[in-house]
Amino acid sequence: MNWVWSNLDRIGELVVVHLALSVPPVILAFVISVPIGWAAWRFRWSRGLLLSVCGILYAIPSLPLLLTLPGLVGVPLRSPANMILALALYGVALMVRTAADAFGDVDGDVRLASTAMGFSAWRRFTGVELPLAGPGLLAGLRVVIVSTVSLATISAVIGVQSLGSLFTDGFQRNIPAEIWSGVIATMLIAVALDALAVLGGRLLMPWARAPRRRRRGIVEQELAEVGA
Amino acid sequence: MIEFRGVRKQFPDGTVAVERVDLTLAPRSITVLVGSSGSGKTTLLRMVNRMVDPSEGQVRIDDVDVASVDPVKLRRSIGYVMQNGGLLPHRRVVDNIATVPVLRGEPKRAARARALELMDTVGLDRSLADKYPSQLSGGQQQRVGVARGLAVDPNILLMDEPFGAVDPIVRTELQDELLRLQRDLAKTVVFVTHDVDEAFRLGDRVVILRAGGVVVQDGTPAEILAAPADEFVGDFIGADRGRRVLRRANVGGREIVVDADGRPAGVLES
Amino acid sequence: MNVFAEAFAWLFDPANWEGPDGIGARLAFHVVFSLAVVAGATIVALPIGVLIGHTGRGREPAVVVSGALRALPTLGLLTILALAMGLSVLAPYLALVVLAIPSVLAGAYAGVGGVSRTTVDAARAMGMTEGQIVLRVEAPLGLPTVIGGIRSAVLQVVATATLAAYIGGGGLGTYLFSGLKTGNYPMVLGVSMLIIALALVLDGAFALTQRLVVPEGVRVRRGTARLRSRPSRPRAAMG
Repeated sequence: MNWVWSNLDRIGELVVVHLALSVPPVILAFVISVPIGWAAWRFRWSRGLLLSVCGILYAIPSLPLLLTLPGLVGVPLRSPANMILALALYGVALMVRTAADAFGDVDGDVRLASTAMGFSAWRRFTGVELPLAGPGLLAGLRVVIVSTVSLATISAVIGVQSLGSLFTDGFQRNIPAEIWSGVIATMLIAVALDALAVLGGRLLMPWARAPRRRRRGIVEQELAEVGA
Repeated sequence: MIEFRGVRKQFPDGTVAVERVDLTLAPRSITVLVGSSGSGKTTLLRMVNRMVDPSEGQVRIDDVDVASVDPVKLRRSIGYVMQNGGLLPHRRVVDNIATVPVLRGEPKRAARARALELMDTVGLDRSLADKYPSQLSGGQQQRVGVARGLAVDPNILLMDEPFGAVDPIVRTELQDELLRLQRDLAKTVVFVTHDVDEAFRLGDRVVILRAGGVVVQDGTPAEILAAPADEFVGDFIGADRGRRVLRRANVGGREIVVDADGRPAGVLES
Repeated sequence: MNVFAEAFAWLFDPANWEGPDGIGARLAFHVVFSLAVVAGATIVALPIGVLIGHTGRGREPAVVVSGALRALPTLGLLTILALAMGLSVLAPYLALVVLAIPSVLAGAYAGVGGVSRTTVDAARAMGMTEGQIVLRVEAPLGLPTVIGGIRSAVLQVVATATLAAYIGGGGLGTYLFSGLKTGNYPMVLGVSMLIIALALVLDGAFALTQRLVVPEGVRVRRGTARLRSRPSRPRAAMG
């Protein structure tokens, strides 16, 4: 505990850095996945292809990906940009399937009724499909949040600062308390961001208070990613 | 002979499914338990092969309390047919029918040969033997279910809404088939349904249950129709609505029978 | 693309494959170590998962515990165990087993528990013992999902085993950390691609296995279902 009290500044600093590293990829992943997921649902022929690409992407180990991206797209190896790009790719890989399922779960009759009432395709998307897919999208977003915040810690081994720096530093200097504080801070950030997402969901979708189906755990969702 | 002696079933959440039922079911005849959902009819049926154990009272088969019999052994000696057949999706038709004999240790070949015979008995073409359940129509699946129930030649056959999921035409076919089989085989059949017409069509005896697992009337279809025990039964069997009331009418010198709405139901022979 | 040419040149240089510190030996170690980890995790998690799936009890705690385990940063767990147990192969082994357990567990309870309760009910009514229900009904029908869980664990472990080199775990990750230190990017890139290829090959092999173990009767249904036009797609079974 002594170590924590005397290093609060450092931890606080890293929390901010960690947020800067993990929040942008979550937002990017969400914004990119929703249209891709919608396309995978809407154009059935594209579903297999898109989901396979995501499955393969998700199967790529993280450290090798971080080390390959610079050669592939020219981002500097030891840069936050490299981390954010890699994390966003994993986020997309995780989120597209959920998004496709979320759109697929929208009641076909509701969709039909809105078409019959004269909604244009765009109005139907923004006014009916997107809000009704919302709870499913939120569930996917939550998994992406938890996995991204946790994964962001490996930035430390390629020399990019994050809460993971407490792991490498604590390991090299033999201070378990430093590693523990990093683990706990990481998990707290994940919980806090998750709670924020849930809160946002409640504000945006007051009608969807009760979960419609049995809760799927994060691990189960990852399994779905690996493929049926 | 199956006897229910003061059986009661209360589930852990407090709901009472069956409220003190005393019933003795005659051997070699069809007894139909009929009631709407929540009337405890399926629970009562499942007490016979110990899929459900009563909270109070006992179920006796040929004067043996089933609670004293190992449930697995008991179930292997009683035929059970359920909605959608309850077939094992990963086994071929012939193996589905042979499941229980094989469980009882019969050699596979003999069990399969017998399964093929049973397919004849229930009116299934032998060419279907190597198909999987998913390749059959609903009616065919149901016949496989019946064949499987008969596979160990049990004295007792329990049928839990077996024809509930097929269309009306196939259902009538299957009902006829069951009556034909029963004439040949004379099993002790306990049949659960929520369909009063089906109950009257199949049952030598019909037991009407009300929500909460209370027996409200018990008798032959004719007895029940002639004298519904109370308003609930009358309403349930449709007597009040005039659904079962037929009148004579004279058309062109010939007596015909019409229903409550005046639609012809048949010709009366003197 | 010059770096890639250099990376391939390094990767396909036979001299780099030889010896106890060569690519061959480290690749073999990486694979064997990963499979040993998954075997360990399977021994622990499979029986528990099958039990949860069969009885339907304990699913909620399993979801919570495995979710929490998964939220645990892998690098944090690796370094903590390394400090506690010293630089040996045991610390990464234990850490990786812990990380692999949630996937195997979830695959097992989802696979076994996902078998239609009507089918299980029918099997019980016919007089199958609980053991027979597990072995003859739930295992064959749930196997693709169970293997899906193991597949997910393998991917997780191959990736984390790379990271484990940081605490002296050996394997292919060793090249990455030494290359990062010395600035040998062609080597880093070459080995990274090799690890990615390894992960994809293993993933493909498991995907194929998953397909092969789908019981024929179930596969047939999928086939006919595809022929009919389905207005609403039934939710894909998990896993």
